[in-house]
Amino acid sequence: MFAYYFDLGLRSLRRNPALTALMVMAIGFGVAASMITYSVFRAVSGNPIPDKSARLYIPQIDGWGPQQNSKGEPADALNYIDAMALMRAHRATRQTFLYGVSMSVLPEGSQSLPVAANGYAVYGDFFPMFEVPFLYGRSWGAAEDDSRAAVVVLSEEFNQKLFGGANSVGREITLDGHDYRVVGVARHWDPKPRFFALFNGSGFQDPTDFYLPFTRAMDVQVNPSGNSCRGHMNFAGWNDWLQSNCVWVTPWVELDSASDVSAYRRFLEDYAADQQRAGRFAWAPNVRLRDVAQWLDYQQVVPAESRISLIVALGFFAICLINTIGLLLAKFLRRAGEIGVRRALGASRREIYAQYLIEAATVGLAGGVFGLLLTAVGICGVSLLFNPEIARLAHLDLSLVGLTLTVAVFATMAAAFYPAWRAAQVQPAWQLKAN
Amino acid sequence: MTMHPILAALRKHKAGVVLISLQIALTLAIVCNAVFIIGQRVERVNRPTGLDENDLFLVTQQWVGAPSGDDPAGVEKLDVMQREDLAALRNLPDVASVAPSNSVPLLNSSWTGSLSLKPGAQLGSKGGTRTAYYFTDEQALTTLGLHLVTGRAFNAGDVQHQGARDQRDRPVVIVTKALADKLFPQGNAVGKVIYSDGSTAPSTIIGVVERLQIPSTGSWGNAFTWYSTLVPTRLDSSYARYVVRAKPGRRDAAMRAVPAALYAVNPMRVLDDDESVKSFADIRASAYRADVGMAILMGVVCLILLCVTAAGIVGLTSFWVGQRHRQIGVRRALGARKVDILHYFQIENLLIAGAGVVLGVLLAVGLNTWLMTHYEMTRIPLPYVMTGVLAMLVLGQLAVFVPARRASNVPPVTATRAV
Repeated sequence: MFAYYFDLGLRSLRRNPALTALMVMAIGFGVAASMITYSVFRAVSGNPIPDKSARLYIPQIDGWGPQQNSKGEPADALNYIDAMALMRAHRATRQTFLYGVSMSVLPEGSQSLPVAANGYAVYGDFFPMFEVPFLYGRSWGAAEDDSRAAVVVLSEEFNQKLFGGANSVGREITLDGHDYRVVGVARHWDPKPRFFALFNGSGFQDPTDFYLPFTRAMDVQVNPSGNSCRGHMNFAGWNDWLQSNCVWVTPWVELDSASDVSAYRRFLEDYAADQQRAGRFAWAPNVRLRDVAQWLDYQQVVPAESRISLIVALGFFAICLINTIGLLLAKFLRRAGEIGVRRALGASRREIYAQYLIEAATVGLAGGVFGLLLTAVGICGVSLLFNPEIARLAHLDLSLVGLTLTVAVFATMAAAFYPAWRAAQVQPAWQLKAN
Repeated sequence: MTMHPILAALRKHKAGVVLISLQIALTLAIVCNAVFIIGQRVERVNRPTGLDENDLFLVTQQWVGAPSGDDPAGVEKLDVMQREDLAALRNLPDVASVAPSNSVPLLNSSWTGSLSLKPGAQLGSKGGTRTAYYFTDEQALTTLGLHLVTGRAFNAGDVQHQGARDQRDRPVVIVTKALADKLFPQGNAVGKVIYSDGSTAPSTIIGVVERLQIPSTGSWGNAFTWYSTLVPTRLDSSYARYVVRAKPGRRDAAMRAVPAALYAVNPMRVLDDDESVKSFADIRASAYRADVGMAILMGVVCLILLCVTAAGIVGLTSFWVGQRHRQIGVRRALGARKVDILHYFQIENLLIAGAGVVLGVLLAVGLNTWLMTHYEMTRIPLPYVMTGVLAMLVLGQLAVFVPARRASNVPPVTATRAV
């Protein structure tokens, strides 16, 4: 019976072409608008490290105080003094401190002009903590951190650019005039959003080029690509700046159990209390310990544009569906006479109901296909709405195609519940009499 | 014509009536808010920065192997390098003037601080205000195209230089009119003394410019969008930014000539092809991309929404006309004129749309309130809502006209036929 009803549905699409076209277009536009905005929302709101996001924590310590901080929240990064105190205390299974750098690169033996490259100064724990996969070589360890070694890990893309994709382990590159030995090349790894380095970045920047040891970066005084200071700045030069309240270090710790988390939180509070007693902080301890999901939420990584446009698109879809209910009602009841004949010939209400639901499903399918075309076109135009680094994340994949068609069909069937019920209520006797 | 028969007939089509009025209500709610968002975004994008933006571009570059700038010798070396660059750019045939600057409006890279009337005052103290600094030199006003209201511009004698991480007193500054009015409400800011970033060293205001936006377009800068301060100091670090004003109409030629000129001075530097030399038009476009995109999206959604709603009204009214074919014939046979039938459907639509807009106004205000609590949005002004109401009623009348006219053309003889 399903095939027969489906066939009837397809036939009736042709019966009132104007009405059908109206419905197909309404569903198509509605579903396309929802899918385009959803594809962007999905891209920006995903969990960048699903299997570990609940074990990675970012400690925050208020080094600015209630006068200078923003709405009572500690700064988004640590100053150097607090970061080094946490580093030395080493109260977590793994820990890394990092900051973004922008440096010039001269490839080994190259005569070409230097190029700009973006990277992070990190501790060796960074790589196992964030599960960075390796293509060649390995990461560096605590020994290299301690010996302040001039080593570097390249990204697969940057290795392609500098060495044509060859195994470059053991070769040298020049960053800002200093030589570094390549110890490893990371396989493509670019979590979106880049949860671990949201300070001074949107989370959707260009892929990282390299990673170098934090300790080495301190030795050669590599500037962070951003820092934020408060109050009267009376420092001069690098060492003064390190001792200032300027924040620029992002700390991450790996904590395996709930008891570790509460122990670490207590440690942070004790540390801040010690600083207060020592007179460095003139305020009560104000610390935070957020995991990846809480951090992304707090940093409002999902752009407001993305949420608002998704909401508007869903509202738009709702209106299109209400429109479809009205048009389906008109379409079905126009055929009251036909329904009367079928009922008189023995069809049950249930069968009429099924027939019209399936007919609605065919309308929905047609709307879905049309919506799919519009979605494909629309995704190309996403760059108009979002900045390029976010727009390029939106793409039409198999799951989005499936979702588009499913949503179109099911939404149309939901819209058809009432019209189909009305159709099933048609009184055969009354219809036959009128004829 | 009395309303009674229309109301009685509407009771027979409850579902259709509810659907159309609901659709009109939702459309009104979304269109009102969308148009309001468009209006706000357009206003934001169109606000002038205070610069003369034509013929303006920005050069961002980084030296390789340059001194760190943390010792006096390094700072001097960097300053020499920067002055060489400035001289080379100023010598280009298509260039009118050049000034170093740490940032420009809309670049979203800022150095902010606080100004106060008292020495040593912290941010947030009474009478103080936040500001964004532009560190530049004596060619700043001509290069940026700023309009000096009172006082004087910087001269070469005012200009100092410092390492980017060093602190130096700022004997003279130029502020915007908005900032001057905030600090000195009684006017006459020129010659007055202020203190920056909690310092105890005084800065004298020597000039006031009409308008100059801060670099940040983000919401955190909304409180001090027009509070800019110009400081006559070259910042020396391995990074340098130069604002260049090309001779009228020669911007593209000047932009093309920049990399070669800078490489000729010193090839050990990073100049990206597309990022390092950027026209102000491009800076503006990328700063407001999201706003323009949002306005376009809302515009498209509104347009399609209005079409869908109009089409829905046409579809459902056509169905009713078809259903009532015989009744219309009877009415015509009993003496109703064509125009009576036309009016019947028009008034019917007006009633349905009227119910829809009443609900719609409530929904529109509700949606606006929700957006206000979750996003940076202000209360929707009444004229927007009233225009929306009017637009929906007109839309309903336009949509109903075609089917209503078809209804009015039903001949009286239909009454005598069986179906």
